[in-house]
Amino acid sequence: MSAPVSGPGSAPQAPGREPVRRGLPRMSRTARQHAPITATGLVVKVVLLGLVAGIAIWAAFPLIEAEHWLALGVLAVTTAGLFYLYLSRRHIPAKYLVPGTLFLIAFQVFPVLYTASTAFTNFGDGHRGSKDDAIVAVQTASVKQVPGSTEYNLTIATTGDPATGSLTFLLSDPKSKEVFAGDADGLRKLDAADVEVSSLSGKITAADGYTLLNIGQASSRSDAITALIVPTDDGAIRSNGLTRAYEGKAIRAYDAACDCVKDSETGKTWTADEDSGSFVAADGERLAQGWKVGVGLKNFATVLTDRNISGPFFGTLAWNFAFAIGSTGLTFLLGMAIALALHSPRMRGTNLYRMVLILPYAMPSFAMLLIWRDMFNTDFGLLNNLFGLDVDWFGGNWSARIAVVLVQLWLGYPYMFLVATGALQAIPRELTEATSVDGASPWQSFRAVTLPLLLVALSPLLIASFAFNFNNVNAILFTTEGGPFAPDNPTNGATDLLITYTYRLAFGAQGAEFGLAATVSIFIFAIVATVSAISFRRTRKQEEVYS
Amino acid sequence: MRIRTAGVVAVLGLALAASGCGDSGSDKPAADESAKATGGKLVIWADDKRTAALKPFAEEFGKENGVTVEVQAVSKDLQTNFVTASQQGSGPDVVVGAHDWIGNLVQNGAIDPVQLPAEQKAGFNETAIKAVTFNGQVYGVPYATENVALIRNTELAPEAPKTIEDLVATGKKLKAEKKASEILCLQSGQNGDAYHIYPLYTSGGGYLFGTAANGDYDPKDLGVGKPESIAAFQKIAKLGEKGEGALKRSITGENSIATFTGKKCAFLVSGPWAVADAKKANIAYDISPVPGFAGGKEAQPFVGVQAFYVAAKGKNKALAQEFVTNYVTKPELAVALYKAEPRPPALTAAFDQVKGEDADLAKFSEAGKNGQVLPAIPAMAAIWDPFGKAEAAIIGGADPAKTITAAGKTIQGQIK
Repeated sequence: MSAPVSGPGSAPQAPGREPVRRGLPRMSRTARQHAPITATGLVVKVVLLGLVAGIAIWAAFPLIEAEHWLALGVLAVTTAGLFYLYLSRRHIPAKYLVPGTLFLIAFQVFPVLYTASTAFTNFGDGHRGSKDDAIVAVQTASVKQVPGSTEYNLTIATTGDPATGSLTFLLSDPKSKEVFAGDADGLRKLDAADVEVSSLSGKITAADGYTLLNIGQASSRSDAITALIVPTDDGAIRSNGLTRAYEGKAIRAYDAACDCVKDSETGKTWTADEDSGSFVAADGERLAQGWKVGVGLKNFATVLTDRNISGPFFGTLAWNFAFAIGSTGLTFLLGMAIALALHSPRMRGTNLYRMVLILPYAMPSFAMLLIWRDMFNTDFGLLNNLFGLDVDWFGGNWSARIAVVLVQLWLGYPYMFLVATGALQAIPRELTEATSVDGASPWQSFRAVTLPLLLVALSPLLIASFAFNFNNVNAILFTTEGGPFAPDNPTNGATDLLITYTYRLAFGAQGAEFGLAATVSIFIFAIVATVSAISFRRTRKQEEVYS
Repeated sequence: MRIRTAGVVAVLGLALAASGCGDSGSDKPAADESAKATGGKLVIWADDKRTAALKPFAEEFGKENGVTVEVQAVSKDLQTNFVTASQQGSGPDVVVGAHDWIGNLVQNGAIDPVQLPAEQKAGFNETAIKAVTFNGQVYGVPYATENVALIRNTELAPEAPKTIEDLVATGKKLKAEKKASEILCLQSGQNGDAYHIYPLYTSGGGYLFGTAANGDYDPKDLGVGKPESIAAFQKIAKLGEKGEGALKRSITGENSIATFTGKKCAFLVSGPWAVADAKKANIAYDISPVPGFAGGKEAQPFVGVQAFYVAAKGKNKALAQEFVTNYVTKPELAVALYKAEPRPPALTAAFDQVKGEDADLAKFSEAGKNGQVLPAIPAMAAIWDPFGKAEAAIIGGADPAKTITAAGKTIQGQIK
């Protein structure tokens, strides 16, 4: 969400075509190679390559730790390649192109590929981790205290060094006052004469042959304490924090032989189903903890066949186009009209007007969207109160659609006004003067000269603005939240864009379904890419006509 | 040359960002300098308000035990952030949040059960323990409960209404006398609000989930879409925009409390968090249970519980268990958290301690006495959105039978 929110277009993102046509400055290769090495140039080079090396080393350690050898290889090759490139005197064009390409890969290509790969999985709530994670979660969640068993006071001790020695649990039974020592081999009784027990806390405060760990020392060995399980006849003694222990038993255990989870209390088994990434019982019951698996084209099939998704898809798509075209077109018309009015030489106080007109653009659009939402409130909203209306703005399909486009118009026209003003100033006045000499009316000269020249300059911005509005999440989520919803379909509302609808699927109240959401975004990506490609092709033709 | 400069700037920026990320690990312990202990580190995630209240206690715990304790505020989407971070292994050791997260946290393997000895359990409000129990295991240590009640402006409405019909009659009279512009401030908005409408839904006879043999909610027995729920919404529809006009979609979560404090409505259905605003606006108010329909069932609000959880993938689980089971169960901490945000403490001892100073607390707790524990099962997540939207549609005049049947179907389809 780094794109500016209010402006329906974002100038920096607009793919300008100038550099492509002009190409890189043609410099003689020999001249470049004999260019003197300046001190600043050298320092910059050393610092930057040093940073590259630093980043590579910083990134390498976690990769080694996680044993991602492939990623480590990519990192090493990339770093070596960068060093070679910038230390050699050859490959001048690559020196310019590589940084941009790397960023393009990191911030554009990789996310797209990641989204695409997610679309083939069931990644989402309940299916986030690996099967091993799920098995651990199932087993830990089933540990129950053995009924009627003792709750011990716990002291952590060791026979060796407090920081490294192997650990022993010193346990005292608060009722019988018996004392025990327990480790992975089992529990053995201690002689009461060898230990001191605090009368206040009931904990063992000293024991012959053991070094006792205080809480600070013990806390730094947390993993070892959690891992230490003292086997007993009925289950095992486990630590509960650092000062208490209980006898517990994992009711459910994974059995690799049958690839299933067994419940020792009820005897029920849940068999692993690799297709859905869950443990499923014979009666169809699933364990809540599942894992991430590839589901092939299932998500695509769901999008195309689920009536709740595909049913309203084309309606939503049509509205999505109407919204994006409406927002872009209306803001452009209004912005251009104002720009033309202020461009007239007879206009006075233009600077003041310009300042006032920019204001909506200068305000944070998040806040403005929320304020507009409240202004459309039926009973308390400014609009109804001011004009004495009783319109249920966000309650009716069409009134809600008009309302969100109105808000976009207000938020977006200053941008169009700004760029149109700039483009108008670049059009020589002689051209329009020449048309008026030829006897053209102002409208004719606008149609024949000003507008086409404006469009040449602004078409890329309009396309960018369209693409931005096509996916304008904030405009909808902060105002209507996609509503109003038909009484019989709470999943898809009248002002829902495809992206807000996807957002609801991915992060909605019913739990995250990233896999399905990624699939819908692939569809959206395809639509936006097609529309943009067609538009750019058309503008190129237009340009050829006028240039 | 310009391209190169841009590249330089970009690489430099990236490098700075990267080194910033790298450093943050070593910056963190600054939270508690006094405990430069050799011991382990405990990281707690909570929302903004609770972070402030927790900090002094966390520091004291650190000092007492020679460990470093860090309380980090996560102001937005704490639950989602916690699940994501714990999946990546960068999560905290302890997290503080509402009990209805439990179902989702458990299915993502993000929290571990907490072993509370019987005598500790006995120190808590029974409903609170029931709320944090899921699949027969206790998953969190509760510290506060919350539920909605009817807050009324005693200048406009001196008597607490016994039934919703009484309330509507009083509200209508006030409206006719131009003393108020709304009958009742019960937030709905265009997309409904299942939490606030729930007392009326139960009074009309509706339910969400049946109860399974072990006392948990049973996702297989869905009450939405059943005849009882249709009957309940038929009663609610009568209060809606095409009926009495007591329930309106124009009253939203953002304006309902402000409308009440602006004296535009005499009755507000809200929780303890609204009291501070009422006090600030100098409104003479009183709190009573949300009334039900005349001749209907009891109006039961949802009871929610705030609790501490031990992260399953925390780096210092033993210390986290120690903190949650032995330190959080102290009344002093519960009182401090109550002072940071006035919700009734779940610990009976702490509740008794603050009850004397704050009469509202007892009234809220009285209003929640017959309440229903907000279901924590993952299936509950499927309820909120469709239920709320159906509510809004019915308040706006849609046919209750058709709307609720459709909502029931949608919910059923989402429960896996």
